Amino acid sequence: MKQSLFEARHQAQWQAFNTHLQRLEAGNADAEKSRSFAADYRRLCQHLALARERGYSNHLIDELQQLALRGHQQFYRHRSAIGPQLIGFILAGFPRLVREEWRLVTLASLLFFGSLAVMGTLVYLFPDLVYSVMDPDRVSEMELMYDPDTTRLGRFGERDSGDDWMMFGYYIMNNIGIAFQTFASGLLFGVGSLFFLLFNGLMIGAVAGYLTQLGYSETFWSFVIGHGAFELTAIALAGAAGLKLGWALLAPGRLRRGEALRLAAVRAIRLLGGAALFLLIAAFIEAYWSSMTFATPHIKYAVGAGLWALVLAYLCLAGREQHAPD
Amino acid sequence: MLDTRYQVETPEGIDLALRPAGLVPRALAFTIDLLIRGVILGVVYLVLGFLGQFGMGLATIILFLVTWWYMVLFEVLNQGRSPGKQMLGLRVVHDDGTPIGWPASLTRNLLRFVDLLPFAYTLGIISCLSNRAFKRLGDIAAGTLVVYRDQPIERPNLPEAEALRAPIVLDFAEQRAMLAFAERGESLSTARRAELAAILAEPLHVDPEHAERHINGIARGLLGPT
Repeated sequence: MKQSLFEARHQAQWQAFNTHLQRLEAGNADAEKSRSFAADYRRLCQHLALARERGYSNHLIDELQQLALRGHQQFYRHRSAIGPQLIGFILAGFPRLVREEWRLVTLASLLFFGSLAVMGTLVYLFPDLVYSVMDPDRVSEMELMYDPDTTRLGRFGERDSGDDWMMFGYYIMNNIGIAFQTFASGLLFGVGSLFFLLFNGLMIGAVAGYLTQLGYSETFWSFVIGHGAFELTAIALAGAAGLKLGWALLAPGRLRRGEALRLAAVRAIRLLGGAALFLLIAAFIEAYWSSMTFATPHIKYAVGAGLWALVLAYLCLAGREQHAPD
Repeated sequence: MLDTRYQVETPEGIDLALRPAGLVPRALAFTIDLLIRGVILGVVYLVLGFLGQFGMGLATIILFLVTWWYMVLFEVLNQGRSPGKQMLGLRVVHDDGTPIGWPASLTRNLLRFVDLLPFAYTLGIISCLSNRAFKRLGDIAAGTLVVYRDQPIERPNLPEAEALRAPIVLDFAEQRAMLAFAERGESLSTARRAELAAILAEPLHVDPEHAERHINGIARGLLGPT
């Protein structure tokens, strides 16, 4: 068949397909007309294959190819993990994922909580060690913040009535930023995540040990115990996600490094999403509960212990049973 | 080797060609996005500065959103195009040519942090220049690709000529070359057309002066009656 005859015969179909594509791209196509889209798309693909096979001109092939590409864009989608699947992810997917990745999660937790505990103990015994990780200005700032005489606690001790909003914003920016960095730097063969896990562990441990030996333990511990449950766990999980990227590069197994990385990233980003959710909760608790002084330290310890138990129970137990397909 | 087109085979058994964008247009697009973000934040701080601490809290949240989510939201909700990419005619797609989704967009934009290291996108630039499809590290991990958007094709006017039959048997590649010469005629100068056509004068058994008209005639003949 000559090209001009081929074009004359099918031009109307291509025009119609083009019009329909424009409507789909603008997002206002009606469902009834889209019924024939699959058939139209396949016919167009067949025409493109025929045009190539018969050696028709570049112009026609380019035109058909462009239509096919646009059709492909509309027809094939990756399933999006956000949206209706979000609830399923929170209820079951995330804790399951954490349990499946238990090796990396354990490693990251050991690094983070281990360095935190060791540094805390060391600074408690030898207070001067705190100056090896923090400069004196920061230390005195910390002291002022958790002085038992203040009525409000936290990083903005001298706030006027109620601007918890400001703290909420600050905590989101600061903490989620740290988690994202801990994750992303895992791409450097895991070294970055290792660094951030240890670094944050050392810093937090130093502050905790120092304030405890100063005798500020009640203000400090009653402040951090509540949101710490979510915040510290989230940093460990973000670190685990970063280590997953690094491990895929170090030990790709039978895959090529690029391919191994791509597969690892799909899981790691879900892990990070869960961690970010934890941090959002933590920022909320930190701004609206931890900083309040109307609750006595005993209540705060009790609530804090409850939150730790909740987080651990969630990660260990949620989603163990299969429900309806999610 | 010089062809940077990226072939994607679809389930229908056809190959789609994507054209990955190189370092320069991507850097320009990023610069435009950076400026836009700077302006947004400037305006936000000016306006919310009047609202006291509540305003500053809100501004911090917006700073967070703009820093980490600007690219993601635009890419997913605006067909793979942030404003900068839109201006330069680029878009982000998955490796298999499908529109980008939330997980991939999040991955590539969070890992931007590593591409920025140790300063001014050094790792990203090295990765981009050494990858066949100009991917930075975030793109490799997320399995994404920044490609040129296709511009609508103008229909070429074939020069008027009497349809002829080729004096020798042409294979498909040769037929397409003849057609391509006729279709591209308008974009070439007269001298260049004559020069190109003269190459074929001998195999077609015609004078070099008449070669061009002859080739156009063969192209007409291949195309069929219009």
